[in-house]
Amino acid sequence: MSFLNSYIYYVGAFGLILIGLYIILVKHNLIKVIIGLGILDTGVNLFLICVGYVAKGTAPIFSRPGTDSEHMVDPVPQALVLTAIVIGVAVLALALSLAIRLYQHYGTLNLRKIREQKW
Amino acid sequence: MRKIISILLLSIVALGIYLSLTKIPFGVPKSKVGKHYIDEGIKETGAVNIVTSVVVSYRGFDTLGEVTVLFIAATGLAVVLKIGRRKATAVEPASFVLATGCRVLFPLILVFGSYIFIHGHLTPGGGFQGGAIIASAFLLIYLGCRERRINEKAYKSLESLGGLFFVVVGLIGLAVGGYFLLNFLPKGQPYRLLSAGIIPVIYIAIGFKVGSELAGIIDNLIEES
Repeated sequence: MSFLNSYIYYVGAFGLILIGLYIILVKHNLIKVIIGLGILDTGVNLFLICVGYVAKGTAPIFSRPGTDSEHMVDPVPQALVLTAIVIGVAVLALALSLAIRLYQHYGTLNLRKIREQKW
Repeated sequence: MRKIISILLLSIVALGIYLSLTKIPFGVPKSKVGKHYIDEGIKETGAVNIVTSVVVSYRGFDTLGEVTVLFIAATGLAVVLKIGRRKATAVEPASFVLATGCRVLFPLILVFGSYIFIHGHLTPGGGFQGGAIIASAFLLIYLGCRERRINEKAYKSLESLGGLFFVVVGLIGLAVGGYFLLNFLPKGQPYRLLSAGIIPVIYIAIGFKVGSELAGIIDNLIEES
């Protein structure tokens, strides 16, 4: 129980990652697989932010002179996630465009019926 | 069968994650480099927002790489959707109230997005966030005034110019002081709009680039529907 108390954010982040992986592995509909990719992306971003968190921390921005710098969270993962979110959107859009073309070519989004996508 | 195998596989993964996560404490400062950025960031880069100084100054080269990834994703989407596109069908115009509301909101959202990326070194925000807000303004126009299209040449060239500007500013630093992306402009007084040297310049370029790129993605996807 103490693990849950102190690590609830990690549990949430990896819960999202595992849910996303499960969807990618199990679902047959390509749109659902892409939704799983989005959930996985969110989980990874959340985990990176959690790693940089400092207890009772504030954003690493000196909004006025003399701001206390003792309780600021780590800025490096925040900078990483900032760009990763925008890239995640672009990659999701790319995956959706491929799904559109795949649907026009095969007439279905079911990965079991597309012979080349079967595994 | 597949479900059972997947659940087994994922539980093994979860066990491995659990065993390694118990070694990582939550909520304590971990990296010395982050502490250094917070303590010395204002002195070294002149930017009050430490995240911005990490994105554009300390890790500027990584950001160039990430912008390139974004560019490749947007270009790949355009290529995939351009091949074999059918003729666009006539669209039904939206109602008068919706169209007028969108036309009123559009410039306000553009101004807000520009504010976000111009003040990236002072307040929360920056080029990526401001660009996303600007793209949302274009999405509103596409939903409200359906017959309107943005000029494809304009956003393509704006996107390319933004990326080119980033590289050129980095190369000027290389020529002046011997480092790529050297902060060669005067850093000025912190907490002022005109401070932090090349950081706002680069972030404005990134803002234009991300905004036009995401607007292009929206344009391509809407023309497909």
